[in-house]
Amino acid sequence: MPVTVRTFASSGEAAAALSSDRGARYLGGGTLVMRALNEGDISISTIVRASDHALTRIEAAGPRVTIGAGVTFARILAERDLSFLHAPARSIGGPAVRNMGTVGGNLFAPNPYGDFTVALLALDAVVSVRGGLGSRDVPIEEFLQSRERQTGTLVLSISCQKPGSAEAFRFRKIARIKPKGGSVITLAAHLPMSGGRIVGARVALGSMAPTQIRARAAERALEGRSLDAPTIGAAAAAAVEGTSPGDNALASAWYRREIVGVHLRRLLSGQE
Amino acid sequence: MAKTALQFRHNGRDVAIFVDGGTNLLVALRELIGDMTPKFGCGQGGCGACSVLIDGELHLSCLTLAETVAGRSVETLDGIKDGPNLHPLQRAFAENFAAQCGYCTPGMLMAAKALLDRNPSPSRTEVVEAISGNICRCTGYEPIINAVLAASGGRARA
Amino acid sequence: MLELRKDIFADERDDNLKEIGKGTQRQDMLGHVTGTSTYFDDHKLQGMLHLKVVRSTHSHARLRRIDTSEAERSPGVRRIIRGADVPRNLNTLLSLINFGKDDEPSLAVDKVRYKGEPIVAVVADSPREAFEAMSKVHVDYEPLPTVFDVEEALKPGAPVVNETYPKNTFTYYDVYDHQKLRFGDVERGLAGADHVLEQRYQMSPIEHAPTETNGSIAAPDTNGRYVVYTSTQALFFSVDTCAKILDVPSNTFHFIGGTVGGGFGGKVDTLTEPLCILAAMLIGRPVRYVFGREEEMQYGAPRGAERIYIKDGVMRDGRVVARKVRAYFDSGAYTRLSSYAAVKCAAHLPGPYTIPNVYGDIYCVFTNRTPATAMRGFGVTAMDFAIECQMDKLAHFVSMDPMEFRILNAYRDGDMKAHRREAKNTALIECVQVAAEKAKWPLREEFKRASSRTDGGGDRAVVPPTPREARPQPAMASQQRTSYDRTPAGTREPAVPPPPPPPPPPASRPPAAPSHGTTRFSSVFGTRRR
Repeated sequence: MPVTVRTFASSGEAAAALSSDRGARYLGGGTLVMRALNEGDISISTIVRASDHALTRIEAAGPRVTIGAGVTFARILAERDLSFLHAPARSIGGPAVRNMGTVGGNLFAPNPYGDFTVALLALDAVVSVRGGLGSRDVPIEEFLQSRERQTGTLVLSISCQKPGSAEAFRFRKIARIKPKGGSVITLAAHLPMSGGRIVGARVALGSMAPTQIRARAAERALEGRSLDAPTIGAAAAAAVEGTSPGDNALASAWYRREIVGVHLRRLLSGQE
Repeated sequence: MAKTALQFRHNGRDVAIFVDGGTNLLVALRELIGDMTPKFGCGQGGCGACSVLIDGELHLSCLTLAETVAGRSVETLDGIKDGPNLHPLQRAFAENFAAQCGYCTPGMLMAAKALLDRNPSPSRTEVVEAISGNICRCTGYEPIINAVLAASGGRARA
Repeated sequence: MLELRKDIFADERDDNLKEIGKGTQRQDMLGHVTGTSTYFDDHKLQGMLHLKVVRSTHSHARLRRIDTSEAERSPGVRRIIRGADVPRNLNTLLSLINFGKDDEPSLAVDKVRYKGEPIVAVVADSPREAFEAMSKVHVDYEPLPTVFDVEEALKPGAPVVNETYPKNTFTYYDVYDHQKLRFGDVERGLAGADHVLEQRYQMSPIEHAPTETNGSIAAPDTNGRYVVYTSTQALFFSVDTCAKILDVPSNTFHFIGGTVGGGFGGKVDTLTEPLCILAAMLIGRPVRYVFGREEEMQYGAPRGAERIYIKDGVMRDGRVVARKVRAYFDSGAYTRLSSYAAVKCAAHLPGPYTIPNVYGDIYCVFTNRTPATAMRGFGVTAMDFAIECQMDKLAHFVSMDPMEFRILNAYRDGDMKAHRREAKNTALIECVQVAAEKAKWPLREEFKRASSRTDGGGDRAVVPPTPREARPQPAMASQQRTSYDRTPAGTREPAVPPPPPPPPPPASRPPAAPSHGTTRFSSVFGTRRR
């Protein structure tokens, strides 16, 4: 059947259209949905769009930031108050993809993409979604684990706390092609410090499992300790626990398991 | 199939076409407007051969739903000449041998234009970043980088 | 920019150079920078239809049933094309020069031999309608055992990939299952060497990945002809291949090649034109068939992977006295150009070096992979990679500088090459010397003084005694006839003389004194550095 495009003024109406039509997909920047159409995905028969301004709003002045799902990576890079997210945003695609790709869309991007989402996972972000029963906030880890069931919902925004300092939040994407390329492995770490010790360690990994995941064993090795060489070593050794990477054209599962500890060590010690 | 009317500015001209639902901008430009300068390379967002400027911003036309450019300005390679005269970027590409098969060239030129329109004196690193979404299988990129630097009148080989 | 070393071979050259050394603009550069260079897809024909192909999802399977009835009723579909619709559904590219047997179908009928092999073509009003119809084609596969490794494919009992070549190797002159090169006595050479080094080298298949994918547009033209816009690099190959597959005279077609958006060898196999033209013939409308990017990667032919074993014998003083090579070209499921690549490879051995004992066995092997094709110096590039890695390792083995090692072993004018041609106009020594100079790589004086023009020939011009191997007599090469060949007058076609078999060792030359090569290098005998 032919493809129909439906544009709504409010996100509520858009969400209703999404949840009531199995063949409907929400069009953010187009990098996922248009690609699927170009490649012959005939399961998409309706494209849903919303012109709701709330979807492109950025609130970043205070300690907690809220970013509309339709905000592009280029806009994040232009926002000084979001400087802690510049490294993840810059790692996405080339300049055109950054003008198009959105924060909300990235939540659905499969391996080897979805790098911005790795950063959000390490920052304990909360995803605000609008489904059939109204809107609600979903912790990002829960959102990712139930991602398959989320295609009928509309993501409105994400929110998270700003890191206490620039050093507390680190991000690295390992790609074969620089400056851009699909991810071999993506790492993000949020290490808030209190009295010289890490409190609330978060380590997130991309391309190490079917979705972005937390590296809980590494987090446990860091929690309550100071960020010194032995601690970093312990975290690096634990990095691979709980991961289940796959093979793809960029790297094999074996290779990913071999390097995750190496790159976590470099990320935590500030090495290139 | 239901068709949607679409009006926009194409290289400074007002145009109007009818598109089927789901049509991407690359197909609309090539098949409905007749502008063959943006090219199909992948349909996935990886090669940049379809790059165009929408309201001055670099976009991938193969991943752009055509309807979304309603009322906006779309620029392609076809429009960057100044009458009969080449744009400085076009002249610089020619003088620096920045094309072999020529297939990536329209996309590269639009990416370079997007850069120089914002940043007239880019560093070499900025040029590399600006074309990082465009794949060239022939030249090895150096002649293209040199051409963009030459066109900017900036520090060549910086 | 470009430095011309006019001092080298100065007396041999006419230095009236008008173009070389000066930057010359491409005739199509203006077209490229203005976007007016015309590629095959830059044509929009009135009422153009879209062709897409249903491809095998299995690497090796029998096709029990192909059900297109639901697809035929799908909205927007103009025609479904199957193997039975193709006038001559079996072809091989080089049959045009009488090399090889027809082994590859345009559309699979009873069996698929690699993942991505075309089975059914769908022609519809729009790409979307074609995709929808494709999902309604139902193929019943019976998976078969697969083989992906070239050496596994040659073992007895390996799955037969391509019934035209039941032993999974291409057959040369109807008899040989590989290319052979024999020069001197390699086993004696290896036995008498101070060191022997055997290494295995492996290349992966390499995808050309041109920015422009393969494709063509075919349309009915006037006078019962068809105009065809195509991405091909090989226009005449493509015309004749299509004429053969569609069983029409080649002047039925007006082929127009555009600028090729990157070929590198990946646009020589005429992959889209036959079905595209057939669709235009069957429907009477223009048809477009262009690969998507995933199709280009999976189905577009790559450079074939090669596995190469090199066993060398080297003396303490750095002379390579024996080279034994066994190489396997992974042709994938069908021949395409790999048969020819193996010939080029055999002729290339042992590289630009004079080695008195050379032995080569080069196989063109079939596996359940995407059929391979040409790419940038195919047949030779991978072998050179292996040879040069080997030369570095050998130099290291005898503690010799790798550049000097190459100068020592380089061929010189007048030397006999392993395939029994005299080396002429050699220049490896001078290339190494200039490279060393540019890299500020020190060379000892005697290596700086070496020359391609001196120290060759003499004993080195002799074909050494080469043990005969028992071999079957080659049959006359069978001549393939096509329907558009002129019927021969008279009862019997004149016998086609077979291509000459590899020549036997010459009996007339007196054998060189004692063994091979002991005195050959005396004039460049150098002391070891360490």
